[in-house]
Amino acid sequence: MTGGHRQPADQRERTISQDDYDNLSRRSFLVSGLALAGGVIAWRGIQNRPEIDRIPDVLRGGHSVNERIWRGLHREGAVAPTFDYAESSVLRVNGRHGLDDPLDLNTWELQVFGRNGELLGTHGVDDLRALPQTEMTVEHKCIEGWSHIVTWGGVVFRDFVDRLHPQEADAPYVGMSTPDGVYQVGLERDAMMHSQTMLTLDLQREPLDEEHGAPVRLTTPLKYGTKQIKRIGTITFSDTRPEGDYWAERGYDWFSGL
Amino acid sequence: MAETVAIERHRRGNRWTHWINGPVLLVMIWSGLRIYWADLRDPFGVGIGAWHWFDLFPTWFNETFDLERRLARGLAFHLTFGWIFVLNGLAFGVYLIRTGGWRNFVPTAADLRTIPAVLAHDLGLRKEAPPQGKYNGVQQLSYAAVIVMGFLAALSGFAIYKPTQLSFLTAAFGGYEAARFVHFWVTIGFVLFIVVHLLQVFRAGAANLWTMVTGYELLTVEADATDEIEKTDQTDDAHEKVTT
Repeated sequence: MTGGHRQPADQRERTISQDDYDNLSRRSFLVSGLALAGGVIAWRGIQNRPEIDRIPDVLRGGHSVNERIWRGLHREGAVAPTFDYAESSVLRVNGRHGLDDPLDLNTWELQVFGRNGELLGTHGVDDLRALPQTEMTVEHKCIEGWSHIVTWGGVVFRDFVDRLHPQEADAPYVGMSTPDGVYQVGLERDAMMHSQTMLTLDLQREPLDEEHGAPVRLTTPLKYGTKQIKRIGTITFSDTRPEGDYWAERGYDWFSGL
Repeated sequence: MAETVAIERHRRGNRWTHWINGPVLLVMIWSGLRIYWADLRDPFGVGIGAWHWFDLFPTWFNETFDLERRLARGLAFHLTFGWIFVLNGLAFGVYLIRTGGWRNFVPTAADLRTIPAVLAHDLGLRKEAPPQGKYNGVQQLSYAAVIVMGFLAALSGFAIYKPTQLSFLTAAFGGYEAARFVHFWVTIGFVLFIVVHLLQVFRAGAANLWTMVTGYELLTVEADATDEIEKTDQTDDAHEKVTT
């Protein structure tokens, strides 16, 4: 010890005899050996657990715990930052699942099903254009890590529900699917009824092109792009978590909340 | 009249959090790379502005080591083990505050002045190590930095994880992309720390490493000088006993 040094509490030296040390050292050898073995067994165990939707079940459990935490902490007033239109541009196309059939705008319609399973109505693009239109410049986030500032235009989903299907405003879940049923997503009410979640018709003030999800797609800064389904064919309100979610079935977190 | 005793160097709270943190941090780096590689543009290659010096993980790197991407799996590990990292870090923080151990990491002016000598010694340019307390100035700065980095890693992680619900936190980092930038470079910092740390532990020897497990270091003291503890020679019997 050099002089003049402070002596923090954990440096007020405790000493033990050499015999006690030898016992301690043996015990430490045992404990550290067991801890090491336990760690290795746990690590290998996780890798070999049965999988639920292509992820070891314990990690699905991790996703479930996280979902409970963040749904519990959800703040309705929390909004994603918005940007100037000038900062935004057309984002890259990153997925074509569910868009294989040629798009025929003459036959396309948006079907809406209620919690009782009944068809509540069908809507065309003109019906959606007739609702209050909102423009929003936000940062689109891909689960792969990249982000892109983009301007969406369309109908806030909450407005759509309030105007056309108010009886479903308290539905706990909403499921959506492409017309061919290939791409499906499910979202919880908190995300769907958020002020920034939209049935989007326009990208950079132009109608969506086919690659970006024409005629209408979902956009929301509360979820990664994986949940922002393109070319919506059906919307189904439900009391329980909707069956089918394209990327959740392929190993990703169902919640994917931002 | 000399007597061999064992003196406490690292308390239990310090040792357990250290040994939990090591493997958990490795899992975080490993799973984090799987997330990083999901976007194969290598967004944080080294360079300034438009000037791109080199890719950190060029294609040949991934091909040579046959690295799989598996983003979904990486996310699942990262977001589950992240809680262990955070809770363990909080436990370490509580330990540092309760025991006052944080003072060990705050260098005095005298400690800072010894840094060139410590570096010279570590690089083999100087025979004698300068006198020091529990840690030398370089260790203090490194350990203090790595604690701050732990904070930054966790906070920037949450800023990336919940940029809408925690938009205030993301904004504090200067936005989503800036938070990702911080998260990435802090990780590179951890990797460099781990490399140097392991190298120094290797140089310090097995007895020193074992002290981090048992918490105690064997020393020979003068029987009648309990407050003046002299560190014994490395070749001392007591040390031989521990290392063999």
